[in-house]
Amino acid sequence: MFKIVKKQKLAEDTFLMEIESPEIAKKAKAGQFIILRIDEKGERIPLTIADHSKRTITIVFLVVGETTKQLASLRKGDKLLDFVGPLGNPSDIKEYGTVCLVGGGLGIAPIYSIGKALKKSKNNIITIIGAKTKKHLFWEDRFKKISHKLIICTDDGSKGIKGFVSNALKNLMEEERINLVIAIGPPIMMKVISDITKDRIKTIASLNPIMIDGMGMCGVCRVIVDETVKFACSDGPEFDAHKIEWDELMNRNKMYAEEEQCNNQKCVKK
Amino acid sequence: MAKQTQTPIKEQDPEDRIKNFEEVCLGYTKEGAIEEASRCLQCKKPLCVEGCPVNINIPKFIKLLKEGKFDDSVKVIKETNNLPGVCGRVCPQEEQCEKMCILGKKYEPVNIGKLERFAADYEADLKIPKVKKNNKKIAIIGSGPAGLTCAADLALKGYNVTIFEALHDFGGVLRYGIPEFRMPKKIVEKEIGYIQGLGVKLIKDTVVGKLYDIEELAKKFDAVFIAAGAGLPYFMDIPGETVNGVYSANEYLVRVNLMHANQFPQYNTPIKRADKVIVVGGGNVAMDAARTAKRLGADVTVVYRRTENEMPARAEEVKHAKEEGIHFMMLTLPIRILGKEKVEGVECIQMKLGGEDESGRKRPEPIESSEFTIDCDQVIIAIGQGPNPLIAKTSKLEHGFKSNIVVDENMKTSMEGVYAAGDITSGAATVIKAMGDAKKAANTIDDYLKNKGKDTTEK
Repeated sequence: MFKIVKKQKLAEDTFLMEIESPEIAKKAKAGQFIILRIDEKGERIPLTIADHSKRTITIVFLVVGETTKQLASLRKGDKLLDFVGPLGNPSDIKEYGTVCLVGGGLGIAPIYSIGKALKKSKNNIITIIGAKTKKHLFWEDRFKKISHKLIICTDDGSKGIKGFVSNALKNLMEEERINLVIAIGPPIMMKVISDITKDRIKTIASLNPIMIDGMGMCGVCRVIVDETVKFACSDGPEFDAHKIEWDELMNRNKMYAEEEQCNNQKCVKK
Repeated sequence: MAKQTQTPIKEQDPEDRIKNFEEVCLGYTKEGAIEEASRCLQCKKPLCVEGCPVNINIPKFIKLLKEGKFDDSVKVIKETNNLPGVCGRVCPQEEQCEKMCILGKKYEPVNIGKLERFAADYEADLKIPKVKKNNKKIAIIGSGPAGLTCAADLALKGYNVTIFEALHDFGGVLRYGIPEFRMPKKIVEKEIGYIQGLGVKLIKDTVVGKLYDIEELAKKFDAVFIAAGAGLPYFMDIPGETVNGVYSANEYLVRVNLMHANQFPQYNTPIKRADKVIVVGGGNVAMDAARTAKRLGADVTVVYRRTENEMPARAEEVKHAKEEGIHFMMLTLPIRILGKEKVEGVECIQMKLGGEDESGRKRPEPIESSEFTIDCDQVIIAIGQGPNPLIAKTSKLEHGFKSNIVVDENMKTSMEGVYAAGDITSGAATVIKAMGDAKKAANTIDDYLKNKGKDTTEK
């Protein structure tokens, strides 16, 4: 059993939890993920590691379905039945020069740990974070500490620039020489970022498709990269954004849309 | 004079069983078991024992059954096989012990498998032998058939064994792969309970290759045994394999067996219940997937590129599948999965058998311009699994092209104190083959650690 040692509401529908898991914390590196299962009846869901300390792993999640709703109902001191990791390959942390981090929505969390590691490796960090409204934003303070420049966007203009992170990146590309873009967020956001930087800046995207085991055993997370089938869990989760078949990835994420709805309804009925 | 035919055994009626996940074969009654045991000729030189990869003393356990000494009978089996309830169900006896049975030369062989199963199931109270522990520690990676077998053998020799399992439940393929209707999980749990009783520690949620690597474990433990299994699903590399509705058999079976998706939404993991399912492949995994899909309400067709003669699945599995109304299309090879967002059909090509290939089976060859389409809304690909590459990738162990860990005839890897067996060394094979090799590994490990203690030049 894995104890929740901290729970915090970060933003609208967005929660942070620190999970006591000293063994995983010892090995975790930026860019990797964990898989958790709440109880006997629970599904296994992957979440990218947002931060780690000596004894804990920090996860951040958005309440979107039955499992995340249930997770959000847990309190400090409660325990998770399963917590597996660190899974996937770590980010390639080295000196690139200027790295632009683009985090959209929940993607703000995982991109922080990558940014922190890149900062340590002497990179110049520029960060663009975006969310629906100011209520959905979080961790501006954390990003301020590691970023040379921080750009905030909201869809409704309630904070920072009104509009999408992709527009902010487009403008930034006119002003700055960027050596690497790392984008994490909803697939549509990553796709648009990828289109903007194509043939201009090397761009990495971190994928979070449907998974079960997270170690290459079931193949549900397969994604086409550079015209070959890859498993996001064991070959990724990071890939060259320009080589990912985005439309196909987005279609796969809809696989269980009907079932998810049915599951949510069951909860309403309860 | 022995009866010519096997004592009949009760099975769930096909009409009923396609509506549930309970075990198909109901097993012998006491009377049935005694009657079948009485058919054994008690050969002086029992060939059946030679046919068994773990050399169970078959005539002896059968004799005890005949005499009604059921508890003593299972003890005889457990002298060489720690998973009798598992083996009695999933071993291909028709190619092993029963194939060698003298009675089988003229009549039907003794139903050794079902007798083994009876003996195992009869044992209500597990009698766990007391063993004096030594101070040596052994790490085992994977709690499938090979891991459990090696763990039990070493525990019985006095070693302190810890099994690391990557998933959240124990049993490996017995848990995630073989369905409940063929391998009830309470049987797996019973066998694991026995192994825990021997003092073996089982730790879940531990992915070796990620949380710990082999080098690290080799330092912390006196020996390491790798039995991580064939957890890599193969796909066909044809267009359309990433369309929604295409499953690997691994995914399909993991969802149902490990995650209980058949009980969605009581359990939170979903599975698509399709109307018409095509299962590609001819092995036991294909049969398991097809029969699972049937139980989830689908009309199921198995397509296989050779003929039924070449199908690697056990005859019993094919028979059960047919009884359950699963259709078979032989000499059929899918070349494209149709549909943009969801599966709409499979384009196939007709095959014919040509000359023999390196496996001795006739090679399937496509017939020109014989393409045709089958409508369906789900495709399950069950064309085989390879060794999971995680350990090969994250260690210095010598491994083959397919990430299979290379071992010598005594199951020793290229690294001192590290051994491996089962599908991680060979690719997907049978439960009993993995167990036979795991027993060999347990003996090698025992020899190694006994000699290591004597040699003062070692660390």
